Amino acid sequence: MAYDPIHQFRIENIVPIEVGGHDFSFTNSSLFMVLTVVASTAFLVLSTQRRALIPGRWQSAAEMTYEYIAQTLRDSAGNDGMRFFPLVFSLFMFVLVANLWGMFPYFFTATAQIIITAALAGIVILTVVIFGFWKHGFHFLRLFVPSGVPKAILPFIVAIEVLSFLSRPISLSIRLFANMLAGHITLKVFAGFVVALGSAGFLGILGAVLPLLATVALTALEFLVAALQAYVFAILTSLYLNDALHPGH
Amino acid sequence: MDPTATVAAAKAIGAGIACIGMGCAGIGLGHIFGNFLAGAIRNPAAADGQFGRLIFGFAITEALGIFSLLIALILLFT
Repeated sequence: MAYDPIHQFRIENIVPIEVGGHDFSFTNSSLFMVLTVVASTAFLVLSTQRRALIPGRWQSAAEMTYEYIAQTLRDSAGNDGMRFFPLVFSLFMFVLVANLWGMFPYFFTATAQIIITAALAGIVILTVVIFGFWKHGFHFLRLFVPSGVPKAILPFIVAIEVLSFLSRPISLSIRLFANMLAGHITLKVFAGFVVALGSAGFLGILGAVLPLLATVALTALEFLVAALQAYVFAILTSLYLNDALHPGH
Repeated sequence: MDPTATVAAAKAIGAGIACIGMGCAGIGLGHIFGNFLAGAIRNPAAADGQFGRLIFGFAITEALGIFSLLIALILLFT
């Protein structure tokens, strides 16, 4: 049994696989990513199977999720942004379901690993850059030259714009990673307080109710953060894709 | 003092200083929500329409506070 808050993030091999000297093991992280795909696919496919004209609860939930992200993408990137809807929706569902899987006790939070959030952010930024250059050629670099800037400070503005563009994948990945990491560490720390107080005699058990209540409140907050971070990831992806579609301010 | 203990002590101090960032993020969040409430009380009908932007602004600002928490955690646990 581990009582420190970091143990929950350890990667453990479930099925060791080695290919050419490299470690391709099926780990607890892989298991939860597979479960994420299974759960989100099952939710979307099974809820909409009956295709009722008047949707029941599950079908409503699936349709509302679809419509919410479609509306967000349409607002941020315009109607031609909808070509990216499969990407944005998949990212949103993956992040949301992976975050929610992590809320169960003893389960592993896939999005609390920097490599996973970095891979997701990398997908977004590579899509933005490659699509931007494919569609606009070198005019894509107009993104870094805002209109109506006096020529004297233009070099500095361009440098700042380039730096802020390069900081996007970093902030996108670290935002999700740090939110999940901090939330889960806080939960485990407060849970540790319950155990520590509870082992301190009768008054300790009475006092242990306080960190228990705090843990319950934090769990509720964590559910909110899980959904919120998924939404923020989706809306930032939409905004960055808008930059690829319509460069130049 | 032996070097490992000095490094550990310095890391602990650094982790404490990193928490100032979270206080600043708190100020920013109070600013956002205060302005939203001020506007919402003047025009309650329009408030619900801007709720999405409120939550987006909250998440972006909160992220910076969490970045400083991340630095503190990195200092404490590595």
